[in-house]
Order: sequence, then structure tokens, then C-alpha cells
Amino acid sequence: MGSLFRSEEVCLAQLFLQSASAYSCISELGERGLLEFRDLNPKVSPFQRRFVGEVRRCEEMEKTFTFLQQELRAAGRVPGPLSESPRAPAAREALRVQEQSEQLAQELREVTRNRASLRDNLRDLRQYLHVLREGQRFTSLPAPLGSPPRPRAHSDREPILDPSLHQHLERKINFVSGVIHPWRVTSFERLLWRACRGYLVASFVEMPEPMEDLATGENITWVIFLISYWGEQIGQKIRKISDCFHCQVYPYPESEASRTDTTTKLHGRIQELSVTLEETEKYLAEVLDKVALALPTWRVQVQKMKAVYLVLNQCSFDVTKKCLIAEVWCPVQDLTQVQDALRQGSYQSGSSVECFVQRVPTSERPPTLIRTNKFTAGFQSIVDAYGVASYEEVNPAPYAIITFPFIFAIMFGDVGHGLLMFLFALWMVLYEDSPRLRQGTNEIWLMFFEGRYLILLMGAFSIYTGFIYNECFSKATTIFPSAWSVATMANHSSWSSAYLATHQLLTLDPNITGVFRGPYPFGIDPIWSLATNHLNFLNSFKMKMSVVLGIVHMGFGVVLGVFNHVHFRQKHRLVLEFLPEMIFLLALFGYLVFLIFYKWIKFSAADSLMAPSILIHFIDMFLFTSNAENRPLYPGQVPVQTVLVVLALASVPILLLGTPLYQWCRQHAPRMPLATGEQEPLLEGQEAGNSVNTTMEDVESGGHSPDTQHLDFAEVFMHQAIHTIEYCLGCVSNTASYLRLWALSLAHAQLSEVLWTMVMRNGFVGLSYVGGVVLVPVFAAFAVLTVAILLVMEGLSAFLHALRLHWVEFQNKFYVGAGYKLCPFAFAPDTWE
Amino acid sequence: AMAYGGLAVPVLVMSVFWGVVGGVLPWLVPKGPNRGVINTMLVTCAVCCYLFWLIAILAQLNPLFGPQLRNETIWYLRYHWP
Repeated sequence: MGSLFRSEEVCLAQLFLQSASAYSCISELGERGLLEFRDLNPKVSPFQRRFVGEVRRCEEMEKTFTFLQQELRAAGRVPGPLSESPRAPAAREALRVQEQSEQLAQELREVTRNRASLRDNLRDLRQYLHVLREGQRFTSLPAPLGSPPRPRAHSDREPILDPSLHQHLERKINFVSGVIHPWRVTSFERLLWRACRGYLVASFVEMPEPMEDLATGENITWVIFLISYWGEQIGQKIRKISDCFHCQVYPYPESEASRTDTTTKLHGRIQELSVTLEETEKYLAEVLDKVALALPTWRVQVQKMKAVYLVLNQCSFDVTKKCLIAEVWCPVQDLTQVQDALRQGSYQSGSSVECFVQRVPTSERPPTLIRTNKFTAGFQSIVDAYGVASYEEVNPAPYAIITFPFIFAIMFGDVGHGLLMFLFALWMVLYEDSPRLRQGTNEIWLMFFEGRYLILLMGAFSIYTGFIYNECFSKATTIFPSAWSVATMANHSSWSSAYLATHQLLTLDPNITGVFRGPYPFGIDPIWSLATNHLNFLNSFKMKMSVVLGIVHMGFGVVLGVFNHVHFRQKHRLVLEFLPEMIFLLALFGYLVFLIFYKWIKFSAADSLMAPSILIHFIDMFLFTSNAENRPLYPGQVPVQTVLVVLALASVPILLLGTPLYQWCRQHAPRMPLATGEQEPLLEGQEAGNSVNTTMEDVESGGHSPDTQHLDFAEVFMHQAIHTIEYCLGCVSNTASYLRLWALSLAHAQLSEVLWTMVMRNGFVGLSYVGGVVLVPVFAAFAVLTVAILLVMEGLSAFLHALRLHWVEFQNKFYVGAGYKLCPFAFAPDTWE
Repeated sequence: AMAYGGLAVPVLVMSVFWGVVGGVLPWLVPKGPNRGVINTMLVTCAVCCYLFWLIAILAQLNPLFGPQLRNETIWYLRYHWP
């Protein structure tokens, strides 16, 4: 499987599509998601493109769909589920979808309108009914019984008119009845009193049931009023006032008989209206059902159709051959699939002439395609986050699958914390198919979920490094017995109880036989976690470990560059760049690694007082001086070091001038046109349109016409000078940068220890039953702080630093990362709502 | 009780173990599209883990100084540990 190691071969191809079958061919290609289409009409505005009419039609349909969607939502319904993704519709079917959707929208509008007006009517009638009913109280009874009307000052003077009286009075009593908003009652009354006192009787009563206010939509208990007056002018005044107050006025029949008559009629009409309203609601529900059923499919279909037309807009139309030409980036592996898709498309559209695909040579750099599966995708994405690999460059991702979690684990090493992380990731991995996990909307959760394999490996490696550091929630374990014997030391130095009582701190001396029995077989000896000077030992160990691992990691990066040189057939770079780089790195820092290992093996406690300092030797090596008090590690050290430094310094000018001089020589002594062999097969196929490449051309590949190479020499030299300086200085600074492995692992260990000593240990101090109960909240605090500080915060911190070490220190030894990804035209799964 | 030998036994055991992981298992991985990645993972893992363990044991091979213990620790360990 070469796919993860470098990008797949991607070629430029042209598709020749017959006008009749273009649509279905593109639709078929979209279903398979293989090709990236290039825009052949970049200078044409969207309004002038060929298929702008169809795109507009799709957009209109989408507007209708939005309206339907809103109506569905207003009615509280959910659109039906989509069983399988429908294909982009053919022209006839699209027309049918358009007609149907518009018809449904029209129906929906009509029905909602009808329903609204029916509802209005019903409300009106109901109000009228209430007015009549309540009004009865005032006009049919001589004295008010039951709920009394509101007490007012003037009503004492005006007795309720007895219907039998008005015949004598020869004044015709008229009525104004209506409904008024409860907040306006007082001012209404007052105005009526001021304007028409003496000539009217006004009674107010609340409606028994609340009704909807059309303006605001809330339910309000309206107030029914009944005004009996005499005199025509008074009547006009009253009506004007009621108008001002936005009252709903209803005609109040004068005689008892007509009132009962009206009431009965009202009852009847209300009945009818209710029935009609029910029918309307049922019909509306049916229409909504139809919409809910059809809408999802239509939306997907129209989306796909629009996408296909947008792609067709990018093709150029060849008038002579009456076909559309599309330019695509296609993975070479998939060319047969593309041909198959075109065949399918032509067949589906019923055209007899087949569309075909033809590969086209190009000098532009193709996009990068690296196929990943669900496991490798996470690692590839953290590499891509820094920069997408240039076309056919070595991809750091397959190595990062292991080195990234490993470097994280060096900074995070703790068995307990690693186990928690591992179990969390394991849960996510085992339940990765559960829709509840997949469709979470929380962005932070999605980030964790997508990195589940990353976290799984990080946890696993943390368990391993935790065992090596011998730390489990900051406590050491004695899987093997400790190599340091306190008993032997105590017996040898006669540490009696009295002696111990007066001496707080005593040191074990490895010079005494039997005190130190040999190296702990797996990891750090557990006695160090009990020692007060454990940091002295651990710091030295972790610093040296960081430097060694850093130099190995960087050396590996330089070696990966060899694959690039070989693949791009630039073998001269093996001698002129790889070799000097390697010599520089190994002569100086490889030697440092050697010194570290040598000192570990050769020097023991016997000569501990005079043990040489590696750091001072290293500095002296560069300065060509020597320090009398720092004895040499081995005989002949000084001449060896001198040779190494000279070698390293000699490799710098080779690195600086080698490649530019080689290219200059080749250019100025052209033997034959070097068409093959040295260079990539680059031809001068001119492609119209813009170049989507992001970088300047790859200068060192030497693929230009001879006249431009002359000008480029300055650029080549500059580029190489920058590379040399960056590499040499980088070696020093990056080696020091790896010391963050020590720093973060120290921080993690100390935080762990603090949590133990100051939180958890206090739970064990009380030995009574009460102490047992107290242990529970103490453990709760310990657990919360462990997760929040040690797992989340330290985890993120170690993740970040491991990422930085990969992106900068490792990748700048070989990685360019100036490519762009292949984005195939594919119908994305719809995600709305 | 385990005889505290020097370096020989742990080195042998670990070298064999990681040697198997990095040198033998890659041959046993079934042929498929993922074979390259799995082999890369096995070798990288073996190298990293072996190196890390080796550094830890070599750093403790010849200690230049011993642990400094509190008197309470000495009282306890003197009789509790062999």
C-alpha cells in the first residue's frame, strides 16, 4: 500500500461530453465522487454562464421548499426521514417536481388563508353570542340579579329602565353593544360619562371565557358592554367614542323575540362554521402530510441538480464538435471508473454516442491525494493541519501514527492517567457507530470523537511510559524488588535507632558493596520515589533521555529526505545535501549521544567525585579550549573531538554551495537535451486558465527552459543559503527544544505528587470510622482535580507540545508541505436543520 | 528471590521481545491494503519502546550517587525490604 507514504498519481484529463448526455454523465460522476473539476470559464460572470437559467430554476424551487419547510415547522411537524439518497432528476422529472411543489405551495397558501378567515368569522360570531347572552341580563330583568354590574356613581340616579316604562316615556331606547379590551374600560366609561351623561345607561360585564386578541395573539378576557341611550345624536356620539376605543360593536336587537331569534340563528351559524373549520383543518393536515413525505427527497434532488449545473457551467462548449469539454484532475487509478461512469451516464440519457475521457499532459502541479481509512484519517489530519504534502512528497503521517503518541506519552507518563485516557478512548471506539455519539452537535465533543484513535494510542503509550517512569497516580510500584538495600547500608554504617533519631536525612552510598545491587530491570527504581533527592537523579535522566530521543527523531527526519531525493530523481542531492546534513548532525550531536551513553556505562560511583561533565566537554569542543578540572572521558578525546568539529564545519560549505554549483555547471555545459533521466517527465502542455497552485515552481527540479534558468541562479543560491543556515542553527536550537520533553514530564510528575500529598493523603490520616466517611469527599475532590488538571489540562498541553515537536523540529528536516488537496466533486450528505 | 544480576537478563528479554515485535511480526501480517502501514507501525513502535527502556536501564547502571532518605523511611525499609 503506497497510498499513505506519498500522494497517489493524479493526472489532468479532459472529458468530452455530448450535450444531450452531459447532465447525466456529470450526475453519475457526482455520485461516485472521483474527480475535481477545474473552472474553464473563470472570466465569465455567473449571470453569463451557459446554464444560468437552470440554476435559477433550481433556486426558485429551493425558495418554494423553504416556504414549505416553514409551514411545516409552524404546524409543528417534522419532515419525513430519507431512506436513501435519490439521484439528480432528469429534466422531465425536475419539471414535475417543480410543478408539484408549486401546486402544493399554492394549495397550502389557500388553505391557510381560508382557515384564518374561518377562524376570524367564528370568533366574531362567538363574541356576538356572548354579547347577546350577557346583554340579556340587563335588558330582560327589571333588577340586576346574579353577578352585579360594576358599581358606578351615576347609576344610582338612573334606575334601570323598566321596559314597561318606556312606552310612557315616548322616548325610543336604543342599544349599542359590543366588546372592549379590559384595560380601556375605565377611560371608556369616563369619556361616556363626560360626553353623554344623563342620556345613557352603560353596563359592563366580563366575558365568561377568554378569547384570542388578533393583534397580539394572547388570550384576553374581554369586557362586554351594553349601552342603552335615547336620542339620535347621543347615539352617534357613542358610536364615535366606541370607534376611538377600537371596540367591536354588534347590533343589539331591541325586542326580546328578535334577540332570541338572533341567538338561535347565531348558534346555528356557529355550528356550521365549526364543522367547516374542522374539515379545513383536516384538509390542511392532509396537505401537510403530503409535503412532509415528499419534501426531503425533493430537496436532495434539487440540491444535486443545482450542483450538477454549477459544474456544467465550468465546462467549455465546443461549437464545432457540439460537445462540452470538462477539465478534471483525476487519480490515475480511477480512470477506468471514470470511463465506466461516463458510459453509464450516456446510457441513461439514451444517447448513442459515448462520452469519453482523455488524459492530458501538463506541467502544472497536480493536487495531492492520500487515501485514508477511519484509523489513519486522524493522524493525516494533524499533519495536514500544518501543510498538505506537496505532490508525491514523502508523507510524515504513517510514522506520526506511532511517534506522536509516543512523544506525548513521554510528557504524560503515568500508568493511572494513561489507563483512564485509554479507557475513555476505548469507549468511544467501541461505540463509534452509535448515532448518538456520531451526531453530537457540541464542537468540542466532536473534536474528541474524531481523535478517538489518536487518544487510544496516546493512552496506551502513556501506560508504557508510566511503567518505565514507575508512576501510577504519582506512586511507584515494586513489581521487581528494589535494587537499593537499606538494610545493608544501615548495618554497614551502624545506623542505630538513636542515630536515626538525631539524623533527619541520610544518603545511601553506592560505593559500599551490597547497597546497590544492579539496575532495576524495567524502569526507574521505586526507591527514588521515596528519596528526597529524587529530582537530582530524575532530572539528569530525563534531560539526557530528551536529548537522545530528540537527536534520533531528527536524524530520522533527515533520512526521510532521502526518499524524496530518490523519487524526484535528484540523486545529486544525496551527495550534496543529505551527506553533509547527516555528517553535521552526527559529528556533533551524534557524538553527544555517544558521550551520554559512554558516561553511563563507564563511570560509576567509584569515581563519582571526579566524574566529568558532558556539557562542559561539549562546549569546550566547539570553542577548542580545555578545562583542567574536567577530566577526559576517554584517552584521545581531544583529537577525536577536533576531527569531528572540523568535519562538521567542512560539511557546511558543501551544503551551502553544492547544489547551486551543480545546477550551474549543468546549465552551462549542456551536453545533450536531457529529456529523460534526470528530470521528471515535464512537458510544455499549456493549460488555459488560472493556476490553482500556491507556490512558485519547484526551482530545484530544474524544469524550466534554459533562458530563465540564468536569472534563477541568484534565487537558487539564496534558497540554499537559507536552507543551510536554517538547518545548522536548527540542529542546535531544535536539540534544545526537545528538552520540553523533560520539562513537561517533570511538571506532570510534580502536579501528580501535589495532588496526592495535599489532597488524597489527607483522607487516609484519620483512622477511625469517621475517617472512613471523610475519605469519600476527599476522593471526590481528588478525582475531579485529577481529571480536570492532570488529564484535561496536562493532556492538552502535552498534545500541543508533541504536535509542535512534530511540525517544527521533525518536519523541517525534510517536509515542504506546499501542496493542495484534491477536492472531488461529490454530492455531500445533506445536513440541514 | 530473584538474583540481582547485572544487565544480562533484562537486556536479553527485552531485546528478544521487541525484536519479535519489530522483526518477526511484520512477516506475519496478512497481505492487504494496510500491510505497509501496519508494518511501519510495528517497527516504529518496537524501536521507540526499546530505546526508551534502554535509556532508562543504562541511566541506572552505574549510579554516581545514592538516594537520600528520611529517617522514618529508613526505619521502615530497613526491615521491610530485603
